[in-house]
Amino acid sequence: MAAGADRALRRGPWWHVRIALLETRFQFLSSLRLPAFAVPTLLFPVFFYLFFAVVFQPGGPSLVAPTYMLATYGVFGVLGPSIFGFGVGLAQERDTGALLLKRTTPMPAGAFLFARVGTAGIFGAVVVAALFLLAGFAAGVELYRGQWFSLAGIILAAVLPFSAIGLAIGAWAKQQAAVAVVNLVFIGMSLISGLWVPIYMLPNVMQDIAVAFPTFHLGQLALKVIDLDLGGPVWFHLVLLGGQTAVCLAVAAAGFRRFSGR
Amino acid sequence: MALPSGSDPALARLSGVSHRYGNVLALDRLDLEVREGEVLAVLGPNGAGKTTAVSLLLGTLNLQTGGARVFGSAPDAAEVRLRRGAMLQVSGVPETLTVGEHLALFRAYYPSPLPTARLLAMAGLQELRDRRFGKLSGGQKQRVMFALALAGDPELVFLDEPTAGLDLDGRRRLWDEIRGLKAAGRTAVLTTHYLEEADALADRIAVIHRGRLIAEGSPEDIKSRTAGRVVRCVTTVTTETARAFPEAASADTKGQHLEVVTAQPEALLRRMFEIDPELSDLTVVGVGLEEAFLALTGDGVPGGNGEGVS
Repeated sequence: MAAGADRALRRGPWWHVRIALLETRFQFLSSLRLPAFAVPTLLFPVFFYLFFAVVFQPGGPSLVAPTYMLATYGVFGVLGPSIFGFGVGLAQERDTGALLLKRTTPMPAGAFLFARVGTAGIFGAVVVAALFLLAGFAAGVELYRGQWFSLAGIILAAVLPFSAIGLAIGAWAKQQAAVAVVNLVFIGMSLISGLWVPIYMLPNVMQDIAVAFPTFHLGQLALKVIDLDLGGPVWFHLVLLGGQTAVCLAVAAAGFRRFSGR
Repeated sequence: MALPSGSDPALARLSGVSHRYGNVLALDRLDLEVREGEVLAVLGPNGAGKTTAVSLLLGTLNLQTGGARVFGSAPDAAEVRLRRGAMLQVSGVPETLTVGEHLALFRAYYPSPLPTARLLAMAGLQELRDRRFGKLSGGQKQRVMFALALAGDPELVFLDEPTAGLDLDGRRRLWDEIRGLKAAGRTAVLTTHYLEEADALADRIAVIHRGRLIAEGSPEDIKSRTAGRVVRCVTTVTTETARAFPEAASADTKGQHLEVVTAQPEALLRRMFEIDPELSDLTVVGVGLEEAFLALTGDGVPGGNGEGVS
C-alpha cells in the first residue's frame, strides 16, 4: 500500500487534471440539480434581456439598446453563477463539514477551486450563448465577427474576478448569512454598475461609487467592444479590476486561515 | 504493511499536546498512540477533547503545542492523506449527488481504491447507490460517510463518534461494519462517549477527561475500574462513615439521600444495614459514564465537568 502511495505521489500533473475534471463534472451536476441555483442563474439574464431588449425595446426600434444590453446582461449573466457558486456553495460546504472532510483526503485544493470556476464558466457560457442567439435572431443585433468573439471572451473572463468576490464571501459568512450577502452584492453591484439600467442614465454620484466594483469595469470593457462605454482607458479598468480581485483573494485567504487555525 | 519511518512503532502519535480555544483548555499535555492493527477507542464525556485530538491527527486543526505524527510524517502530508481515511463528527456531502457519484469522486482521489461494489456491500448501501444523499435517512447518511472513509482502502481510519444520533438498529449495523474493518486488518481510531460501544469494538481504550489521558488499557481493564453501582438511600449512616467503607469508591449527600459509588453493592449494603436497619427508599443503579470518570479521576466532585468543547 505504501508502494501505491509512492506511485500516487509521483503521478504528476495528469492525476491533478483528472481529479479537477471529475470535480468539475460533479460540481456542475450538483448545481444543475439544485433549482435554487440553476433557475435564477440561467433564466434571470435571459428573461431580462428578452423583456427589455427584445419585447419592450426602450427608445423605440433602434438597435442601440439591444446591443448595449447584450454586453451588460452578458456580464450580469456570469456574475450570478460565479458569486452564488462560490459564495453560497462554499459557505454551505463549510457548514456541513464537507470541506473539512475533503481536506483530510488527497484531493488537491486546486481541483476544488478549478471545479467551481469551471462550473461558473459552463453556466456563464450557456447564458452567453442564449443571449447571443436572442440578440442575433430576435433583436436583430448586428456586430462584426470579431466583436462577437471579443464580447464573449470578455464576458467569460469575468468569471475569474467574480469568483474571487464569491470566494471572499464564502470564506467568511455562514450559509444563511452568505445567501443574504450574496443576494445583496448580486443585486446592488449589478444596479450600481449599470448592468440593469445604462449607467449614463444613473445619477453621477452612483457612477463615482461604481468605480469601486469589478462589475463596473467589466461592464465598461464589454461595452468598449461595441463603442458604447463611458470612454475610460482599458488600462484604468484592468488596473482597478486587478486590485479589486487581489483584495478579494486576500480577504478569502484570511478567512481560510481563520478556519483552520481556530 | 509498511512500517512508519524511524523506530516509532506507533502508526499515529500525539505527544505532549495542549490545545486552547480562547480561554478553554481542550487538551492538556495529552499523549496518545495508535498501534498497528488495533481498534483504539478514545472514550470520554462530551467536551473531553476527543474531537480536538482527532482533528490534530487529521491535520484539520493546526497544532499549538506538542507533537503530532501519522506514519512518521506531519498529519496533513500528501503521503499521509493517501493512506488514511476519516469519518468526521460533523460532516455531510452535497445533497444533490447520488451515493454512487460521491463514491466515484472519492475513489478517484486514491491510487488503489476499493471496488465500488465492495464499498457498497461493506456499508450496506447496495440498494441506495442511485439515491441522492439529501434523500437518505440519518443512519443511511452515516453509512455513506463510512463508505467514503474507506474509499481509498486506507491503512488507518479515524471514526469520530460514528454512531452519534443513530437509533439502536443503526448503531448495531455500524458496529458490525466496524468489526469488519478490524477483521480486514485495518487500524482504526474510534471516538465515543459510550463505554458500551468502546467495549464492543475496541482492543484498547484510552479514556480522556478534561483534555487529559486518565486511563488506558484493555476493555476488561477499563470496565473493572469503572463498572460500579450507585447505592442511593435515606439513612442515618453519615457521608464520612460511608466513605470509610472499603467497598466505597466515593460517597456524597444529595438532599436527604446518601449516594455511594461501589463495585460491590451487596457487601456495602450488608454493612449499611448493620449500622442502620431502618434504611429506606433504596435504589441501586449502574453508574453513568460521568460517575465512572469521577471514580477514575478520583476528584470526587460530581457534575464538575462543565467545559463544553468537543
